[in-house]
Amino acid sequence: MKKLTTFLTGTAAAIAMTAGAAQAERGSDGHLNILYWQAVSILNPFLSGGTKDVEGSSLVIEPLAKFNEKGEMVPALVDEIPTVENGGVAEDLKSITWVISEGLMWSDGTPVTAEDVKFTAEYCMAEDGGCQQVANFTDVESVEAVDERTVKVNFSIPKPYPYGPFVGAQSPIIQKAQFADCVGARAPECTEANFGPIGTGPFVVTRFAANDVIELEANPNYRDAAKPAFATVTLKGGGDAASAARAVMETGEFDYAWNLQVEPEILAQMEAAGRGELISSFGTSVERINLNMTDPSPDKGDDRSTVEAGPHPFLSDPAVRRALSIALDRELIVEAGYGETGRPTCNILPAPEAYASKNVDWCLTQDIEEANRLLDEAGWMPGGDGIREKDGVRLSILYSTSTNSVRQATQALVKDMWQQIGVESELRNVDAAVFFGGDPASPDTFQKFYADVLMYTNNFDGTDPEKYMAEWLCDDAPKPQNGWLGANIPRFCSEEYDALVKKMGETAPLEERQALAIQMNDILTNEGAHLPLVHRGDVSAKSTTLNGVLMNSWDSELWNAADWTRAE
Amino acid sequence: MTDQVSMAPEKVIPPAPGSPVAAEPRKQRTLTADVWRQFRQHKGGVIGAIVFLTIIFLVVFGPSIHGIDPSALNVRERNAGISFAHPMGTDNLGRDTFAQILAGGRTSLSVGVTAMMLSLLLGTTIGVMAGYFKKLEGPLMRLTDLFLALPLLPLLLVIIMLFRDTLRRSFGPETGIFMLIVFVIGITSWMQTARIVRGAVLSVKEQEFVLAAKSIGTRERRVITRHILPNVLSPIMVSATLGIATAIITESALSFLGLGFPSDYPTWGRLLFDGVNFMQINPSRVIWPGLAISLTVLSVNYIGDGIRDALDPRIRGR
Amino acid sequence: MFHYTLRRLMFAVPTLFVISFIIFALLDLAPNDPTGNLPLTIPPEVREQIRMSLGLGEPFHIRYLKWLQQFFIAEPLNFIQQAFGIEIGNSAERVRIRSWATRSPVVDLIVERLPQTLWVVGMSYVVGILIALPVGIISAYRQYSWFDQIGTFVSMVGFSVPTFFTGVVLIVVFSVYLGWFPSIYDTTHRVTDWDSFWVQVRQMVLPVMVLALYNAAQLSRFVRASMLDNLNQDYVRTARAKGMKEKVVLLVHVLRNSLIPVVTVIALGIPTIFSGAIITEQIFRVNGLGQLLIIAIQGADIPLVQTLTFIFAVLIILCNLIADILYGILDPRIRYD
Repeated sequence: MKKLTTFLTGTAAAIAMTAGAAQAERGSDGHLNILYWQAVSILNPFLSGGTKDVEGSSLVIEPLAKFNEKGEMVPALVDEIPTVENGGVAEDLKSITWVISEGLMWSDGTPVTAEDVKFTAEYCMAEDGGCQQVANFTDVESVEAVDERTVKVNFSIPKPYPYGPFVGAQSPIIQKAQFADCVGARAPECTEANFGPIGTGPFVVTRFAANDVIELEANPNYRDAAKPAFATVTLKGGGDAASAARAVMETGEFDYAWNLQVEPEILAQMEAAGRGELISSFGTSVERINLNMTDPSPDKGDDRSTVEAGPHPFLSDPAVRRALSIALDRELIVEAGYGETGRPTCNILPAPEAYASKNVDWCLTQDIEEANRLLDEAGWMPGGDGIREKDGVRLSILYSTSTNSVRQATQALVKDMWQQIGVESELRNVDAAVFFGGDPASPDTFQKFYADVLMYTNNFDGTDPEKYMAEWLCDDAPKPQNGWLGANIPRFCSEEYDALVKKMGETAPLEERQALAIQMNDILTNEGAHLPLVHRGDVSAKSTTLNGVLMNSWDSELWNAADWTRAE
Repeated sequence: MTDQVSMAPEKVIPPAPGSPVAAEPRKQRTLTADVWRQFRQHKGGVIGAIVFLTIIFLVVFGPSIHGIDPSALNVRERNAGISFAHPMGTDNLGRDTFAQILAGGRTSLSVGVTAMMLSLLLGTTIGVMAGYFKKLEGPLMRLTDLFLALPLLPLLLVIIMLFRDTLRRSFGPETGIFMLIVFVIGITSWMQTARIVRGAVLSVKEQEFVLAAKSIGTRERRVITRHILPNVLSPIMVSATLGIATAIITESALSFLGLGFPSDYPTWGRLLFDGVNFMQINPSRVIWPGLAISLTVLSVNYIGDGIRDALDPRIRGR
Repeated sequence: MFHYTLRRLMFAVPTLFVISFIIFALLDLAPNDPTGNLPLTIPPEVREQIRMSLGLGEPFHIRYLKWLQQFFIAEPLNFIQQAFGIEIGNSAERVRIRSWATRSPVVDLIVERLPQTLWVVGMSYVVGILIALPVGIISAYRQYSWFDQIGTFVSMVGFSVPTFFTGVVLIVVFSVYLGWFPSIYDTTHRVTDWDSFWVQVRQMVLPVMVLALYNAAQLSRFVRASMLDNLNQDYVRTARAKGMKEKVVLLVHVLRNSLIPVVTVIALGIPTIFSGAIITEQIFRVNGLGQLLIIAIQGADIPLVQTLTFIFAVLIILCNLIADILYGILDPRIRYD
């Protein structure tokens, strides 16, 4: 009998061996070191929407469904994604029903129930809570727990895309038992819960030092008994991107470094050391130059850069806008500042694949002659110093952006290219916390747009562009009346465009939505609301000994940390 | 930002045996001529002066000799090493490093020297006032405490927000920002000097020669300029030397924050800052600006030594 | 002297109130915003709600008074409670100063950061002093000798080359090429035995070197200048004339008198240990108080910046007072009254 047992165990071991490394035991690969050069401040993404905080928390708490590296929705805490076809989404598009997987446990060993999901929605939608992810719950009327495992989200209007709540790292599920006393104005007071949420993710927080370091260990109740492969994790923060890349690729002290926007030659030289490699993926980020359609002249006083100030003295001329665009050598900008992680683009909506327009490519090739011809034709003639002017208006541009070495290099290149068509530019860079800060008292915010052109990157979460395309509505232009809180930074205004936005909100079939989005994208580029420059990828670095990393631009980069393993 | 580990030294210059300028005017010699003769005999001071003048000569006339526009881009020739066309190589956008160093020197030197002067003037005036007049000491030293305690970064953000556009409109982008930067560096770096000078004055003013000068009815202004100031010169010289270095580096920190000159406007501090990440690819991007700053500071230091020694009657007599 | 100290202390209270008000006003006026570093995908209306939930909707004077109340009443009470384990009043109702970015009590954050700041910045200060004193003394005694020239050169270069440069140079040389020292400081490391002490020493080497060079460069200039001034004094000549040994003249008479200002210089530098070394902490990821402050400033975390800078202000005023008193004690020529 004893012999038989030995034999059986032996066979089992042999089978396990042949099944390969994927069947590794939980915690068998030791320690994992992750470096985020922006340190994580808090592990509750509802109280801080910063990318670093959302991604850090994704190791611990999870949404019902995630996006994979291709931008497809994949189940996380459920068995299948609800759709109209499988009956999960109501015919009238006014509700969606999720069914939590059976036997799913929190890391403290209690079961995950529909009540937790319902509570999460209440937590975020509570008054005075200052929930930073509340936009994901737009139009949610109520969330009801149908039974232990079934939860139904009711919308006040038909939602063609009902996957706002509980999908993606921005909208994870938190435990009701832990956060029950932390709703609304009390949310900030639960420091312990905010620093160490109980979750369903692969890891559990053991120590949290805000803005510095997090120590985690494998979740003993993780839904896959063989995962995660790492027993412990350190998530260190601080420093800058270049030194983070160095710590992974040159000194090998860390296994993974996040968000390395550094000049491509520096990264290439570090990669040559051979200890690590760069990984990148493309999401929806586009570096663009916004053209101010209104007059930013200081003489306009309080009306400066609003519709009341009147049209811009020269950017309102379509010929000028087009000339500025085709004068740019986007290939060169990519080569100098982005390398493998950027592509020249004429689209403001470059992805997902089905939404990306293939119609506009006139701006991809630089054509100085054509640009000069356009300006000549429009009557902008070079003055004594070579700068074009018409009726006393000089083509002199104040070109502002946030501080970042790649952006300053791009500014220098663009200035040089515009110089060639007789347009002069004065460069300005503003600290990012001020530029994106939105303080109504500051003249330097991107909403105020007290400049002729502005350069920055924007993108959208998830894969549905409806909210993003609605940013160019006439009414959404920042102005004093709305506290400068608008998303339509270029103050673009077109009735045709507004109508399309409205139509998209009412259209459900996917193909029609895609066609609408492409049509809107083409209008924006052809009208010259902005000059799209580069479709930017995300770039990170991983150690050569780290396996299983799937770089993801649609969700947290750490979305599949449970599958990461250490190569021999 | 530059590291904030700096000292706020208080320094006593023990007394000179008799006022330095109380020297009787023998043989029609003026003080200036006397100092100048002495300075010429100070080897370090002379070499320092020569190096400093050479640097000034280079940055003033260099651009017309070298003849390459520092902002001219040539992406195909980026990160190039030393060549005949580019004696110091090029940066990652193909701009000529030598031309940038020359152009950057104009800005860095003028910012460094002007800001240092302003800070020295403020610091010395406040320090002397606080040390000499007992009534002013309390308020002036509390003011110094206040400035030491102010968080620099928010202060800069506020100053820039309030004054940048006005200055830009009145003096144009470059002069306006130059004035702003000199002002900002000056008013945030005078405190150390003030404390040092005050300490020295406190000690010197109790000396016999000062009492003697007062007792024969010398006016206070004359007591300060003729008897006190020359005796607290040594720490002022140290502050001046360190002040130039601090000003050049602070300027680069400012422009990194977007509070300084536009990004295509080279300065030594900025060139060094931008070059740091390229150190392994192209060492010349950090060596040259680093050397330029160090040489300037060294030469100013030796000039300071020379002037101090030349003004010291105990040495001058030797 | 006692009266002087008392008067200064009484003067310090209103000064600190004025300083706290000016800092608060400055931070309020500064154009950076707590929502500035959030992704652009968070819409403007939500940003406005976030601002309101942080209390930014209230008028300036209310926010200032609240902070005063929290800093001077709530936090000290809380500290006493924790230190002595007693309950004073209703502690659950007491509102502590909370950082906006981390939502945790500011005082806890500061306490958490103190060890690494004291280890690294404090140690570099000590090392800097230990280097600067002998270098300054010898440089002055052998003025214009080779030692002095090299000392001057090294300290001037050390001072004029900023730490953002020296830090990276040291990392490239000692971490990348030689692999001797780690480039990243591990704040979770605990010293329990000789081995872990050695690990701690290794990870401190690079940041301490960078800062010590900078500190020593500056301090040695002041030591040298002060020594030079004393070496030419009459009393030195008298001492030598009396037939004293050169060593005694130098180390007892001259050094003692020259150190009077240097000791005050060192005392005045103490607040800067606590405010940390922002750049060096960032480069080596020491994540001490300097890094806490700069992140808070960048993120417009007003409660954190206000509390930190105010604590620094208290330290600065106290150290300036101590320096002045020391000065008066050490140099009998100075009279304050």
